[in-house]
Amino acid sequence: MSRKVLLSANEAVAWAAAKAGCAVASAYPGTPSTEILENVAKFKDTIYCEWAVNEKVGMEVAVGASIAGARALTTMKHVGLNVAMDPLMTYTYVGANGGLVIVVCDDPGMHSSQNEQDSRVLVRFARAPLFEPSDSQEAFDMVQAAFEVSEQFNVPTFVRLTTRTSHTSTVVDVGADFAPRKGERKPYAKDIRRYIPVPMFARAQRVQAQTRTEALRKHACESAFNRIEEGDARLGIITSGVTYQYVKEVFPEFAVLKLGLANPLPHDLVKAFAAKVGQVLVIEELDPVLEEQVRAMGIRVLDHAVELNMLEMNPMRLTALRKEILGDVEVRPGTPPAALPTRPPVLCAGCSHRGVFYTLAKLGATVTGDIGCYTLGAFPPLSAMDTTICMGACVGNAFGMEKAGLPGRTCAVIGDSTFFHSGMTGILNVLYNGGKTTTVVMDNRITGMTGHQENPGSGKNLCGDAAPVTDIAEVAKGIGFKHVAKVDAYDLAQLEKVLAEALDAPEPAVVIAYGPCRISAKLQNAGTYAVDQDKCKACGACLKLGCPTIERGDAVADGKRHKAHISRVQCSGCNLCIQVCKFGAISKIR
Amino acid sequence: MKTVNISLVGVGGQGILLTSDILAKTAALDGFDVKKSEIHGMAQRGGSVISQVRFGSKVYSPIIPDGASDLLVSFERLEALRWRHLLAPGGKVLVNDINLTPVTVSSGQQPAVTDLTERLAAEYPGARYLNAQEIAEALGNIRAMNMVIAGAVSTLTPFRAEVWRQAMRERIPAAFIDMNLRAFDAGRTALAGNEE
Repeated sequence: MSRKVLLSANEAVAWAAAKAGCAVASAYPGTPSTEILENVAKFKDTIYCEWAVNEKVGMEVAVGASIAGARALTTMKHVGLNVAMDPLMTYTYVGANGGLVIVVCDDPGMHSSQNEQDSRVLVRFARAPLFEPSDSQEAFDMVQAAFEVSEQFNVPTFVRLTTRTSHTSTVVDVGADFAPRKGERKPYAKDIRRYIPVPMFARAQRVQAQTRTEALRKHACESAFNRIEEGDARLGIITSGVTYQYVKEVFPEFAVLKLGLANPLPHDLVKAFAAKVGQVLVIEELDPVLEEQVRAMGIRVLDHAVELNMLEMNPMRLTALRKEILGDVEVRPGTPPAALPTRPPVLCAGCSHRGVFYTLAKLGATVTGDIGCYTLGAFPPLSAMDTTICMGACVGNAFGMEKAGLPGRTCAVIGDSTFFHSGMTGILNVLYNGGKTTTVVMDNRITGMTGHQENPGSGKNLCGDAAPVTDIAEVAKGIGFKHVAKVDAYDLAQLEKVLAEALDAPEPAVVIAYGPCRISAKLQNAGTYAVDQDKCKACGACLKLGCPTIERGDAVADGKRHKAHISRVQCSGCNLCIQVCKFGAISKIR
Repeated sequence: MKTVNISLVGVGGQGILLTSDILAKTAALDGFDVKKSEIHGMAQRGGSVISQVRFGSKVYSPIIPDGASDLLVSFERLEALRWRHLLAPGGKVLVNDINLTPVTVSSGQQPAVTDLTERLAAEYPGARYLNAQEIAEALGNIRAMNMVIAGAVSTLTPFRAEVWRQAMRERIPAAFIDMNLRAFDAGRTALAGNEE
């Protein structure tokens, strides 16, 4: 009895949560994890689901639901797990009441991230069990199993995806009887020895965590998700996650130990496998987490020169490994990349961030930036950002520069969603410690970069229902800022005046530059502008906006300067280019 | 059955992901094992985009190895050349005959490619071209360009047109389905009429 559906692993997680009777789901968006909660929202009749303001709060909401006895889910990208570590590290002592499943999505190769982290390291650090699906079917099966393990062993349980599993659709048999299930809440009983881990209780829980790990290790040895696939026993390959798929593609004939419940490492199973095969090879994406543990067991692991422990795994890298180890494949010298102009992502035509960056560049400020679409303001021709570290870092970074005595104007730039995530504490620190750092909040009322998720400024929640709108200016005033200014992000003259005043003020300032996201506000066809070729003096001023619709046209007589023209297909009528043209050559035609 | 590999490339915002969705759905409806893999973190910001679809009796890797794409579909001319390392020896190439100038060129940071036609001809002597944008515009909706391309792709894959249409009906909202089906049929006709 089957029902086959084509699902990404992210979608499969949502379907599994619905089937498993998950009652509460909370998360902050982050590529590649975002679609999980968006799909959970399709099951909102049985699952309460929300966008949390950050991953720590998302984890805390899920922990609270778990303590109350409900099955709970929280999801995040790898760097989001850094933010959520604090509640996690103690809840692994306390232990889950209702099943708590944490889905973390790593981004090997950094398709859409500022660093590459192997979350398996943090999962081991937290002493939590870990499932590693290799496709969407396994994501569907393992998330359900993770809820079971979480309740059986009283422990928050991880499922780790990567960009490649999160964003690959594969055929999933969800079962003919698939239906979202309204979960039963387990009873909650007040128990301070469990839920209040003061030192005298925590010490006992620390010991329990150790005992639990050994019980889980035994469970992992018996789990159907850990299996030996027989094959040519001269070489035995230990692998987990999506890497299994590449192993099957490139080393199809050899014996494989496929680890689905990969932490704690099932020692007895690994030993039994190693005894069966000639040589043991460990193939894993990112850090040598399995390999170091297998070596620590005293098992000899095949060494190789081909580097596998960073960036994204793929069949080509394993083919190079096979050539080194077995010498029976050809590595064809691939076609060299064609010499072509690059096509990096850019701020959209009409983006409300463009004017802020144009102005900050004009004012010659050192700009600390943050995580979002607006990181693109760092690139030419705007070139208006100096640093980007992590969510919310810009405020502390700018303040640190101020205290270090960096000369000139400094300014922090942050989006609305990132401000709610972790910028608010930064501005409080500036005010409290007597700084004069200016923070510019580029308020477009949506979480843009991850694909337009609602946030506390949007007026809507994850499920599309009306929600209170938090006014960022009022937040700043409530914290105690006296210098708070709001400005239209499309009015360049006002932007320059307001930003210069704030940057040169003797007190700390918060400037809110408001302009809705062109995509989420459906303003992409709000108008069309054109350049009068007779009036254009080829001064190049409009090209400095870095707008993708303004193109370099015909060269003028001197052969160096070019007239501008506007691509009508993309122009969204934002009105910025008119303001920078001194010759009145640009006008609205629609 | 040997796994068939199709790479779809182009520029963010061209509707590549919907096209590959429908291709993958069609393969699944026809009973194949299928994997569709895409990288879309920045897809809406005009960057270069790729989606890969593999189908067969059993598909393992979601990534198509370099030099193993049986069909390379490019939604734009420059991108067709950028992804040349994906194509298998003897693989087919379908190019949407339009140019989208990268902002690096339009802003004057990098030189324009002036010999693209010659380079494409040299790289892909057997490539098939169609201007899906013009065809979609003629049908009254430039946004249906991707379904014109889907129609063209359908003539290069083993699935019956009716299975494609079923996948489209399952994926595209009812309000837009007729327009998109017309675009699909126009794409089929255009490429068939273009037969050498």
